[in-house]
Amino acid sequence: MLDLLFLVFLFPLAGFFILAMSGGRFSERTASIIGVGAPLLAVIVTILVGYSFFTTIPTGGAYTQFLWNWIDVPGFHPDFALRLDGLSMTMISVVTGVSFLIILFSVWYMHGEEGFSRFFAYMNLFVTSMLFLVLANNLLFTYFGWEGVGLCSYLLIGFLYKDPANCAAARKAFLVTRIGDVAFAIAMWLIVRELGTLNIQEIMRLAPEHWAVGSGIATAVALLLLLGACGKSAQFPLQTWLPDAMAGPTPVSALLHAATMVTAGVYLIARTNGLFLLAPLGQEAVGVVGTITLVVAGFCALSQTDVKRVLAYSTMSQIGYMFLALGVGAWSGAIFHLMSHAFFKALLFLSSGSLILACHHEQNMFRMGGLWKKLPVTFAGFVIGGLGLAAIPPGDGYFSKDLIMADAFKSGHYVMWGFAVFGAFLTAVYTARMIFLTFFGEYRGSEPHHGHGGPATTPRGWTHHVPLVALMIATLLGGWFGMHISMLPASPAGEQPEILEKLPLILAVIGVIICWPLFVTHREFTARFTRRGLGNQIRLVWFHAMGFDWLWDHVLVKPWYLIAGFGRRDFIDQIDRAIERVFLGWNKVFTWSETGHLRWYAASVGVGAVLILAAIIYS
Amino acid sequence: MDPAWILGALIIIPLVGGLACWGSEYVNPHLPRWIGLTTMTIVLALGLYLWFTGDFSFTILGPDHRWGLELDVPWIPRFGISFHLGLDGLSLLLTVLSGFIGIVSVACSWSEMHRKVGFYYMNLMWNFAGIIGVFLAIDLFLFFFFWELMLVPMFFLIALWGHDEPGQARTYAAMKFFIYTQASGLLMFVAILALVFIHHRATGVFTFDYNKLLGTPMSATAAMLIMLGFFGAFMVKLPTMPFHVWLPDAHGQAPTAGSVILAGLMLKTAAYGLIRFCVSMFPEAAAHFAPIAMWLGVAGILWGAAMSFSQHNMKRLVAYMSVSHMGFIMMGVFAGTAIALQGVMITMLSHGVSSSALFIITGQIYERMHTRDFRQMSGLWTRMPGLPPVALFFAMASLGLPGMGNFVGEFLILLGTLKVSVPIAVVASLGLITAICYSLIYMQRAYYGPAPDKRRFPGLNRREIATMASLIAVLLWLGIHPNNFLHTSAATMTAVSQNYAHAQEGTTFNGVASR
Amino acid sequence: MNSAEALIGTIPLSQGLMVAGILFALGLAGILIRRNLIYTLMCIEIMMNSAGLAFVVGASRWQQPDGQVMYLMILALAAAETSIALALVLQLYRRFRGLDIDAASRMKG
Repeated sequence: MLDLLFLVFLFPLAGFFILAMSGGRFSERTASIIGVGAPLLAVIVTILVGYSFFTTIPTGGAYTQFLWNWIDVPGFHPDFALRLDGLSMTMISVVTGVSFLIILFSVWYMHGEEGFSRFFAYMNLFVTSMLFLVLANNLLFTYFGWEGVGLCSYLLIGFLYKDPANCAAARKAFLVTRIGDVAFAIAMWLIVRELGTLNIQEIMRLAPEHWAVGSGIATAVALLLLLGACGKSAQFPLQTWLPDAMAGPTPVSALLHAATMVTAGVYLIARTNGLFLLAPLGQEAVGVVGTITLVVAGFCALSQTDVKRVLAYSTMSQIGYMFLALGVGAWSGAIFHLMSHAFFKALLFLSSGSLILACHHEQNMFRMGGLWKKLPVTFAGFVIGGLGLAAIPPGDGYFSKDLIMADAFKSGHYVMWGFAVFGAFLTAVYTARMIFLTFFGEYRGSEPHHGHGGPATTPRGWTHHVPLVALMIATLLGGWFGMHISMLPASPAGEQPEILEKLPLILAVIGVIICWPLFVTHREFTARFTRRGLGNQIRLVWFHAMGFDWLWDHVLVKPWYLIAGFGRRDFIDQIDRAIERVFLGWNKVFTWSETGHLRWYAASVGVGAVLILAAIIYS
Repeated sequence: MDPAWILGALIIIPLVGGLACWGSEYVNPHLPRWIGLTTMTIVLALGLYLWFTGDFSFTILGPDHRWGLELDVPWIPRFGISFHLGLDGLSLLLTVLSGFIGIVSVACSWSEMHRKVGFYYMNLMWNFAGIIGVFLAIDLFLFFFFWELMLVPMFFLIALWGHDEPGQARTYAAMKFFIYTQASGLLMFVAILALVFIHHRATGVFTFDYNKLLGTPMSATAAMLIMLGFFGAFMVKLPTMPFHVWLPDAHGQAPTAGSVILAGLMLKTAAYGLIRFCVSMFPEAAAHFAPIAMWLGVAGILWGAAMSFSQHNMKRLVAYMSVSHMGFIMMGVFAGTAIALQGVMITMLSHGVSSSALFIITGQIYERMHTRDFRQMSGLWTRMPGLPPVALFFAMASLGLPGMGNFVGEFLILLGTLKVSVPIAVVASLGLITAICYSLIYMQRAYYGPAPDKRRFPGLNRREIATMASLIAVLLWLGIHPNNFLHTSAATMTAVSQNYAHAQEGTTFNGVASR
Repeated sequence: MNSAEALIGTIPLSQGLMVAGILFALGLAGILIRRNLIYTLMCIEIMMNSAGLAFVVGASRWQQPDGQVMYLMILALAAAETSIALALVLQLYRRFRGLDIDAASRMKG
């Protein structure tokens, strides 16, 4: 049944085409049947394929499906070919499964919105692109999906296109990730130049033969791939697009953050791990980038007021963990965390979507509170998702993050380990803050505010409950499942003292406990501290994401506008017109002499004749 | 009958069809467009027939050169001038593209034209005759003849059926176009004559034949000067950075079909000329000159993008977009590796399709809104059903999204360039980022954002849907299965690149040429 | 004939040319000053005749017949020119109701 593999992406692709061709003429019911049915079929195919993959493991542990030769030029023959191995099997399971649940939830969330079928078309295209990305046996095909994901993020973030702010966020996402994409592309060209192929298996085979460990070209390729991964995965220094990407409808954020898009970078590095093993400097850089991002994003998450932005920064921070894991060689840990993150982050985002609709599009946590009785399912989703995020058992995040930190310690990266443990504490604090502010205390949003808020309403409907409950189960069970996958090079060997192993958990629990007085019982104290003096300064810096937006704005955006604005009339064209003006000027001079008076002409002929005669005679 | 006559027919049919269009106007004002459509359909059908029946795995350079089809009729034997047409993979693909764009351009002027319809279609047809002639001629005199022939109808198309912009009459644009291309054409003519005389001095034979002139022995300086003569003409027509200024004006004021031909085909004649003449005939000179040409290409990519981003006029935005894309072509041709040249081939075809589509969209918006100014449009997504998603598709194509032909072309060009020079390729790849700026700003200004008023506009009619659907299909074909095209042009491009690589060996190339 | 030849022979070249020059200058001055078309025409005739005179003088100086031949040609030319010019004058007179040359100025660039 492995030859059904291509159907995994064909169904969502067909779903996209049908919905796109309809031009919005379908009823909401038809659109949602097609929009949800296509990923459901993809899930079924994935299960079938997975069943036969695990029962009869193909030779070499991987199955390759050749579709057709894409480009055939001298010295470069990339194919459209799919590859199914442990890594891509895990990825397609996560992508199809989580995406299906999110799209199902969207039926509830998007009910009655304008552009209903357009939304589902984009969502299906998104899933298709992501499947291309993870199934590709060839970096160029990966790039196909990679760019497709970028396009879909643009379309979905700017889905509510009537507000220019949403469109700006969408453009920013596309543009910033594209910077990374170009780095990825340059890396590909270098690989083709050096190795003559983009087939991932061949690269892994040829690279160690041609490149010495730590050689310049290997390092360059690794660093370029890292930059590419940073763009898609919102890592330092290309992380600024992610918080703004919250402009899209909440299921979009869920899809973007959980199953697709941001995990692409992690996948890419894991997929090309052989190249990073050849470039120790590049791999170290991956870890450093992850560490910086996880700490910076953790601080930023602490001071946000918008529930979705807290989650956005938490995503950044968790992806930082995955990068750290990749950097220290904990390949399995990274993919394990990717999977568990997909579950709990999808759960948290869908829950926040439910929360936001219940509060009539209010997103400010300080205008919520005490909602746990009113929204029991949502609350359960937040708590279970929060356990996963804060890495407290039985949440799946505990197992994966524990693995990462243990590996970091074992491989001797003590500084990174230290930051990771500190990050675990931060994670617990902002997660607890978010849950406490929204669900405990008294409800603060009864009065509508800028057209949002008002008395909360309890969400109803199976399309709301089923995805949430399914994801809760996945979050609770994901840890045990993930313990048993291993498809990448072995983790570093080494010893870690038992007390240090438990340290992150202890810190996380402490973090949760101290949040209770800070954000529930003695909220005024916290508010007072963060509204004046140094506390206020720190809060503002964190709130504005440490000023990276400002930096990029001044380094790139403003100069670009300056050049473009300066050139609107194209100064080369002005030069051209200046030449034209010179000629017109001469034309004026000569037409002045041309009076039309015949007698003037006669006189000038006479004068001229005399002058010439004089010149002849006296020369 | 000898199949070589098909080559002659490809040129004569549009000429005759044009005359028929002119005459038929007096019978019925709707007749010319049908005649035009029929003419271009025949041309496309002949092109496709040649494509499917032909075998293009032969080399057109070197001593054992051969053309797929050859038509040789003496014209002015005294000077060795003959009506000599030849077909290889490169010219075939561009001829097929001409037929396709021909149908599209007739379709897009279907209801746009009301004045002097017959004469309009005649100009259109004659223009195509000139363009196809340029692609097929392998006699240099004949080539120059067609080069000039395609100029005049285009001048009339702009000057007679163009749009006046505030502060700028359409005749201004037409004159500018004419002066630029005519003056640069003169350079080429001088170069052709010089080449013929040098050949005459060496062999005592007057000939304008491409293959006979190929190996003319001459000094390095002479070769460089003659190459620059050709280069000057093609550089202006392409257009490359400092001489691109005629293009936005011409596009801004040409009628839709004029823009379609201009962007879709006329710019390709320059790219074709660069490959056929500059790089093939004078490989050594071209290899020496390559760094300058490639940096000019890079400058065009970035400058075109920056200009495109800041335009208020939709057509000018698309025109500058073309400047940016043509920069890739300039770079790829002078990189000269087989990969880069194949990338140039795909870029020529897919840019022909995608930029034509964007101009047609502009025309469709103009027919409905009577403006091309972005400041007067916004939020068209819901106000004009059908059109915005199509525009989105082509905007994405022009920013180089995989799946469309432009991606394949640009990727191959950059890949091929990187093999020659890393810094040029890296700087040029910034063009992929700037491409996103203008494409997205194009979408934003026209289609997204709040609607300024409550007006709604009619959606696409059947003719428009058919046009757009065919353009989309071709672009996807180019993007997902480009091998049909790549295999056709492979032999020619390989021959050219081998010839060029030979010359490059004498030139240490690392961004700077040196002896 | 002999006496006439002798007479011409006695006139020095410089004097003959001077008369021709004066005549030419008079004609030119007339063209420049007068606005009446008829006068302009007459002045042109004067200038032509002065040129003819110069030819004749030159011919006698070098004892060559070419100068006289030239003069005959000028005469023929002047006749043709006058007939065309007078026709034009008539046309102009009909169109502009006058013979003012400046009124007919249409050659401003």
